[in-house]
Amino acid sequence: MTKTGIGASVKRKEDQRFITGNGQYTDDVSRPGHVHAYFLRSPHAHAVIRRLDIAAAKGAPGVLGVFTGDDLAADKIGGLICGWMIHSKDGSAMKAGAHPALAQGKVRYVGDHVAVVIAETLAEARDGAEKIIVDYEVLPAVIDTAGAQAAKTQLHDVAPRNTVFEWAIGDKAATEAAFGAAHHVTKIDLVNNRLVPNAMEPRAAIGEYDPGQGAYTLWTTSQNPHVARLVLSAFIGIAPENKLRVIAPDVGGGFGSKIFIYAEETVAVWASKKVGRPVKWVSDRTEAFLSDAHGRDHVTHAELAMDAKGKILGLRVKTIANLGAYLSTFSSSVPTYLYATLLSGQYDIPAIYAEVDAVYTNTAPVDAYRGAGRPEATFVVERIIETAARQMGLDPADLRKRNFVRKFPHQTPVIMMYDAGDYRASLDKAMEIADVKGFGKRKREAARRGRLRGLGYSTYIEACGIAPSQAVGSLGAGVGLWESAEVRVNPTGSVEVLTGSHAHGQGHETTFAQLVSERLGVPMESINIVHGDTDKVQFGMGTYGSRSGAVGMSAIVKALDKVEAKAKKVAAHLLEASEADIDFKDGKFTVKGTDKSVAFADVALNAYVAHKFPTSEIEPGLKEGAFYDPTNFTFPAGCHICEVEIDPETGVTEIANYTAVDDFGVLINPMIVEGQVHGGIAQGIGQALTEGAVYDASGQLLTASYMDYCMPRADNLPSFKLGFTETRCPSNPLGIKGCGEAGAIAAPAAVMNAMTDALGTEAVTMPATPQAVWKVAQSQQKLAAAE
Amino acid sequence: MYAFTYLRPGSVRGASKALATKENAKLLAGGQTLLPTMKQRLASPDHIVDLSQIDDLKNIEQKGRRIVIGAMATHASVASSALVRDNIPALAALAGGIGDPAVRHRGTIGGSVANNDPAADYPAAVLALGATIHTNKRKIAADEFFAGLFTTALEEDEVITKITFPMPSRAAYQKFRNPASRYALVGVFVAKRGRDIRVTVTGAGSNGVFRWSAAEAALSKRFSVKSLEGLSISASGLNGDIHASPEYRAHLIAVMTARAVAAA
Repeated sequence: MTKTGIGASVKRKEDQRFITGNGQYTDDVSRPGHVHAYFLRSPHAHAVIRRLDIAAAKGAPGVLGVFTGDDLAADKIGGLICGWMIHSKDGSAMKAGAHPALAQGKVRYVGDHVAVVIAETLAEARDGAEKIIVDYEVLPAVIDTAGAQAAKTQLHDVAPRNTVFEWAIGDKAATEAAFGAAHHVTKIDLVNNRLVPNAMEPRAAIGEYDPGQGAYTLWTTSQNPHVARLVLSAFIGIAPENKLRVIAPDVGGGFGSKIFIYAEETVAVWASKKVGRPVKWVSDRTEAFLSDAHGRDHVTHAELAMDAKGKILGLRVKTIANLGAYLSTFSSSVPTYLYATLLSGQYDIPAIYAEVDAVYTNTAPVDAYRGAGRPEATFVVERIIETAARQMGLDPADLRKRNFVRKFPHQTPVIMMYDAGDYRASLDKAMEIADVKGFGKRKREAARRGRLRGLGYSTYIEACGIAPSQAVGSLGAGVGLWESAEVRVNPTGSVEVLTGSHAHGQGHETTFAQLVSERLGVPMESINIVHGDTDKVQFGMGTYGSRSGAVGMSAIVKALDKVEAKAKKVAAHLLEASEADIDFKDGKFTVKGTDKSVAFADVALNAYVAHKFPTSEIEPGLKEGAFYDPTNFTFPAGCHICEVEIDPETGVTEIANYTAVDDFGVLINPMIVEGQVHGGIAQGIGQALTEGAVYDASGQLLTASYMDYCMPRADNLPSFKLGFTETRCPSNPLGIKGCGEAGAIAAPAAVMNAMTDALGTEAVTMPATPQAVWKVAQSQQKLAAAE
Repeated sequence: MYAFTYLRPGSVRGASKALATKENAKLLAGGQTLLPTMKQRLASPDHIVDLSQIDDLKNIEQKGRRIVIGAMATHASVASSALVRDNIPALAALAGGIGDPAVRHRGTIGGSVANNDPAADYPAAVLALGATIHTNKRKIAADEFFAGLFTTALEEDEVITKITFPMPSRAAYQKFRNPASRYALVGVFVAKRGRDIRVTVTGAGSNGVFRWSAAEAALSKRFSVKSLEGLSISASGLNGDIHASPEYRAHLIAVMTARAVAAA
């Protein structure tokens, strides 16, 4: 290992500019004469627009344009799309209600887009919006996830019973048979609470039309600018791809919420031509709460069949997934192929059958949020196995060990083929770090202080490195999920790497450079990672699903292989040796068995000067590109152990200990990996203890600011104890599995298993706020008193 | 934010005059409530009368057995004042626990008391310590001052100038924070001054800060946690929201009162 190579905890190159205020975020982009967009949003969850009068707004000071859904329709601008087709059990296609960027006659959630006002200043745009007259005929709202299908009100004409699809996976008959043979059946009802993503940087866009070129440029907060361009071009119809440039500059966090193509950037780029000025829109925090795609929101009933020895025989699951008012870009894939395919967990389960009904409600659209489906799956599997252990009087760690998958590859009953792992190793290591042996003593000591102490496990698995293109295509994806890379060696030996993996906090500028530095022997400061601009990077699929390392870096490896191969040809001529005799190591080409060598930079210069090799055989220059399509998902896995202490008098929970042992395969930069794990666990603890979007019965979002939506803070979190185990991922050249989502996937189950252990009942729901915990503690005390 | 006219008088008299004569005028103290409300377009005063240049409103001094705090003293200056820390440490601790550092360096005691937010901390201290609110016109006893949600005894053109706190022999403030906003979900201030024992509750009452007279009576017999055993408060008249039902708040009042007595 070199000081900056793979495995080194190199300081992040990008942080200097971020922490000194020199980042370039979308709101930092100023275009000559740019004007401001303000969206008039629906104050009602469900209403027919009887009258929309924009005349007074059009005449307001500073206003350049007021547009409605009619204007978009007149320009043949299409609605927003959902790019993953799901078919119901009966073979019918999912019921996708129209999703116009600006409402056409109806609004379906609070925050839905009614009209846009473009003005010289933001204040003038807001003043103008206040002059728009809307007559709403308010309709009853459908809010409740579990009750949506029975509601009398229907959101979309195409979707009876507010049902998007009724999908299933697995072998129903085999699963029924497994339950028929069961010695013990554990049943559980779970709610996976709705979360608001809350990236530090809110969404933003600035669209500009160049009449000379007849082309648009859109700067936007995107995790995948090429996909945004593809959708805006091919489906929404803003402009052909060669007339639309999308730039996602520095982006301050995404967590999934910036994968999707939203109304605001669509309207901003379209309107820039209408008003003849660049149009900027920046979300404020309340708009973010109302209109960013939310995450999770499942209601699940699950049953686990066990034999007398604690061997799992089968699992059946029924989930209702709330997708909100419209289908967001990848929403349909989240509660289906990203969720139910992970219901086997780390366990050898012979039979699984899962049904998922997706429903519309008058709430913000729901789509992928850090982990996307896999946290929901882990929550089901890990809560039910912990519950089963308690019901059967077995040690929860032992029960897991009895059921772990031990032989690889392992085909689960729900599509996934696990390729490598050692689940026992991560459990053992986590138990050691967490000092599980000493827990009983700590629990007794806490009891003396009047505190309830509990311990919970989460032995999670996820499918990352998304994803083999043919496989996802066969499951309904509208795109392939490969990645591209181009390595450009400059004549002086510095290197630019163009990647389709977008960075919005992950540290790619450092980790990708570490790979290149190790491979080419070029110092870190001579390597630039270029991403996020469709005019620079030819195409790419973006960053989500913990795919940038496993897929994005694999593409870079392929391109580096080609660069090295070509450089060897040039070096052979320079060293007057046979190409087969050339070795390349530590930035030097040498001739086997001699002391003759030439440095990489000299080879690069010669490749461009092209004086010393026949250009009829070898083309000048040193630049190679590659597309890498993974052959399988990757399967990060591990064991998280949480210990909580509850004050039953107030219901306040303290995370007393949190241990995470993860197997992410090969680590490129352990420090950055630890940061990813920390952030993920914080979000997972947030889901378990503090966060939850709450709509009232009329569809008003009660948690639309930080006054009511409780983000986890430093004082909610302990100092995490981390450990790693390593089994190489066999399907990609670097052996990487991915680490971006693990914390958020594992933590909710670990925390809630600890909470239910401490409280002595499974009836604890997320978020386990002080009030909720106090109520449970009260009823437990009453029960105890009655006994 | 809508457009408004900004005024910055150099004296309390000037501020009072502006309040009396200018159309739809509002005083700006620390601005920690007013400015966010204006940014959200929920308040639209035509005139803003900024008190920040009136220097003699910022003093903190001792007068006999009393600590006198100027209305424009920030939470940070109260929290760090040696006079307050030495003589009424519970008040200094309360000020040091308001909001976050940014809020504490802008927000003022006068602004907090005049606004009378039902979840604000200062009203609990002012009422429990039996403080006196001084204005440009008169002195108002704490018991007469707080008149309900965001409502006080202040008249239209009245400006708080200072607040006088008698020194207690024992006092403590215990706050159970709203997990999200970190405002007081329930805050209980307990103070003992001679035979006068007061227990005040903020964050919980649907009419703002109030005295829990049953607890005061119990503690008058003996100032001890034991005196509170078995004592509870009715949930009726308490606030309920997604963070805490009236019943939970009632429970927390009893818990926080006991903790305050223990800490006092």
